[in-house]
Amino acid sequence: MSETKPLRLLRNVNAKLAAIPMVLTALVVFVGGTVWTVFYSFTDSKLLPKMKFVGFAQYDRLWHNSRWLISIENLAILGTLSLVLTISLGFILAVLMDQKIRFEDTFRSIMLFPFALSFIVTGLVWQWILNPDFGIQSVIRSIGWTTFEFNPLNNPSLVLYGLLIAGLWQGTGFVMCLMLAGLRGIDEDIWKAARVDGIPTWKTYIFVVIPMMRPVFITTLVIAAAGVIKLYDLVVAQTSGGPGNASQVPAMYVYDYMFQAQNLGQGFAASTMMLVTVLIVLIPWAYLEFGSKKHG
Amino acid sequence: MVDATNPRGAKPKPRFSGRNIMLYGTLIVICMYYILPLWVMVMTSTKGMPEIRLGNIFSPPVEITFQPWVKAWAEACTGLNCDGLSRGFFNSVRILIPSVILSIAVASVNGYALVNWRFKGSDIFFTILIFGSFIPYQVMLYPMVIILRELGIYGTLWGLVLVHTIFGMPILTLLFRNYFSSLPEELFKAARVDGAGFWGIFFKIMVPMSLPIFVVALILQVTGIWNDFLFGVVFTKPDTYPMTVQLNNIVNSVQGIKEYNVNMAATLLTGLVPLVIYFISGKLFVRGIAAGAVKG
Amino acid sequence: MTNSIEVKDLTLNFGAVSVLKKMNLDVAEGEFIVLLGPSGCGKSTLLNCLAGLLDITDGQIFIKGKNVTWAEPSDRGIGMVFQSYALYPQMTVRGNLSFGLKNAKMPQPEIDKRIARAAEILQIEPLLDRKPAALSGGQRQRVAIGRALVRDVDVFLFDEPLSNLDAKLRSELRVEIKRLHNKLNNTMVYVTHDQIEALTLADRIAVMRGGIIQQLAAPQEIYNRPSNLFVAGFIGSPSMNFLHGATVESGRAFQFGSVKLDLTGYEGGAILERSKAILGLRPEHLTIQDHEEPGKTIAATVEIDEPMGADSLVWLEADGGLQMSVRVPVERRMARGTPVHLKVDISKASIFDSGTEQRI
Repeated sequence: MSETKPLRLLRNVNAKLAAIPMVLTALVVFVGGTVWTVFYSFTDSKLLPKMKFVGFAQYDRLWHNSRWLISIENLAILGTLSLVLTISLGFILAVLMDQKIRFEDTFRSIMLFPFALSFIVTGLVWQWILNPDFGIQSVIRSIGWTTFEFNPLNNPSLVLYGLLIAGLWQGTGFVMCLMLAGLRGIDEDIWKAARVDGIPTWKTYIFVVIPMMRPVFITTLVIAAAGVIKLYDLVVAQTSGGPGNASQVPAMYVYDYMFQAQNLGQGFAASTMMLVTVLIVLIPWAYLEFGSKKHG
Repeated sequence: MVDATNPRGAKPKPRFSGRNIMLYGTLIVICMYYILPLWVMVMTSTKGMPEIRLGNIFSPPVEITFQPWVKAWAEACTGLNCDGLSRGFFNSVRILIPSVILSIAVASVNGYALVNWRFKGSDIFFTILIFGSFIPYQVMLYPMVIILRELGIYGTLWGLVLVHTIFGMPILTLLFRNYFSSLPEELFKAARVDGAGFWGIFFKIMVPMSLPIFVVALILQVTGIWNDFLFGVVFTKPDTYPMTVQLNNIVNSVQGIKEYNVNMAATLLTGLVPLVIYFISGKLFVRGIAAGAVKG
Repeated sequence: MTNSIEVKDLTLNFGAVSVLKKMNLDVAEGEFIVLLGPSGCGKSTLLNCLAGLLDITDGQIFIKGKNVTWAEPSDRGIGMVFQSYALYPQMTVRGNLSFGLKNAKMPQPEIDKRIARAAEILQIEPLLDRKPAALSGGQRQRVAIGRALVRDVDVFLFDEPLSNLDAKLRSELRVEIKRLHNKLNNTMVYVTHDQIEALTLADRIAVMRGGIIQQLAAPQEIYNRPSNLFVAGFIGSPSMNFLHGATVESGRAFQFGSVKLDLTGYEGGAILERSKAILGLRPEHLTIQDHEEPGKTIAATVEIDEPMGADSLVWLEADGGLQMSVRVPVERRMARGTPVHLKVDISKASIFDSGTEQRI
């Protein structure tokens, strides 16, 4: 048996058998499922998927649907604001936490615990706090400022900020932890060198530390961006997409068309657009991350 | 992995300097923002409805009542069912236990095979898996429905277990792969010279050495699966809805008078499991979420 | 005497990179072979191939006359000792020693007997019920050797077993390995980058570079008659002095700069006349003297004197800025700038062809 080279396929056969779930998941679900959805987004599927091709008709309808346009606009606004805010606030929090403070673990526990909670819980709590009749607005009015207005969840032009407050509450602690790990990963000799050179602390952060933490920032950015694009539960719980359609997001559009309105083709086209959005974020990152390694 | 536990950065200052008062003041204000919703949930859920209508949401109850908790647990209605959140709780438990076991079992074997038993193409499948984790779930939802229907488990708890196993695979596989590759390769070689095979090495050498990472995976999966909403709403039926879905249905149902205290009790109940996990696990939770972010 | 290990045309490629190139190696029964070379030369890779931990691309491996090219590591009749000890941390020493035997489904009394014997040889009886974490580095490596010992095999493979130990322990365990070899008389293949280990332990040393064995010979042979420039430069500390010049007068003399050295008494092949040649002189084969002897000495100036305890190393500058080192007795202190003459012992010298870099 050991005289001749055994068949390639039979070598380490146990390892290959054990990898079958991974191979199936990668090929059937991730690749197969994605290709299938993209493929059927060019069909006129309604209640059930069917092979009646209509070209780009679904996409044409999609981009003429005001609800989808609002969803995309909301995604752009929420995406930009939440990325800028989570990353800048997360970094500032991390810097505060990195000042050799006492009770660091307590502070960290408090800032991070919302991340353990689901978006549903987050959305429902903030829906309650922002409730105009009982929440912040009514409390402030009751202490004398009777004209105080803070009712974002019922105001189409402010509802996104209501979502943002809840989203930041849930996610900034996590970003802070990533940033803090990044700060702690920087060689302490850098700090010593900066002190010997007499550079003020804030300047060291801006001109030395932040550039050194570039990979952490990029990773955080990609994770946060992918998260925003998938945003669904929070909106369902906090606003159900309202008032009107003011806080609709793409993921809701997909779910409603796929599983409620029985218009699969629309759902597939919309989910394909979501995929395209992710790719727009992912491809430059993958290029920077992996492309440079190969060439350099 | 970066050690995020030992403070470094700038040098310590005397305890009561102006800088420290600013620093701790800022941190305490920030912490209040994080604690506030938890405070509001606890206060609201222990008040009677009349007191809620009169008072403000931040004030502690004049008369503590646990009636809302009882009602949320055993009597709250969703649709025609009026047996409270307990139904969702037990559904979630029945989903959680097999999902956690199966997903960790599969992913740990994947990680082990990827590190120690590489075969031609194994890294390609892993790359697909990692990129797949960025694909919006919406793209793979419907193909997954078809797969489950073909397997005859659509709408059952086992269907959802399979979905959690599949979509938990990328992050968990990455986690285990990174951990196993940090173990000395010579141990693996020594075990092979000692005649242990694929499973022998895994169970007798690798698993006993990897208990911390199994705990991290456990924390990650318990919170992740407990908090899931999207898969629950797509892949189960009302009878088998997990707790998050049922909670949302209870709170956001349009019929009847809103009982805010019951709603908050229900919300808090749903958040309790991940919160308990979070406060018990402490630093391991941080390690778990950071592991998801650190690329391999 | 049969060969214990035979490697025939062994080739290993990692993708497009060729790591081992058509390697042939025969190891006699009971022989202690050291694979020596700089990192990346393929020595550890060769050992892993012998152990069956790497699948080879082409060629054959025989152990005790049996073709084991595709056999599992545990079926090859080998025991292996690793640099990082690779002890199973969750098992006691006894558990570590018995793991392989249990996998082979050996009856418990036999396992106990073998552990007792190995523990006695290595003097680790008091440690048997401890975990590896409670052992010192030297004790751990003893247990690791024990794990190979209990397998009762004819071939031991060592992968840089002493590299993780401090200098003192290293020399102690080195002697112990030598003693073990004398006692058991198994075949041993030992990978190291430490030439002292190689020179002290080996029956034969295989000096490797770039996946090719450069020279396979007894330690003294390697040291005194390096087959090429690489081996000459790799073995010996400080390195051999290399004089770049030419052989003249039909190979009877070596000329570099204005110096001409008489080559009468050179132990090697026919030198012939070469326009480019390299003369290699070890630091201990030069002596410092005050007077010139035409054809036998090189004029030089003392730069640095490094007393090293047992002897002392003098760095000099010769004609044309050439840096040379000479080993001298420690009592002899040399002042900087002193002009001296270096007498060459040509019978111990090596001459290399500049083109092929082979010894003449």
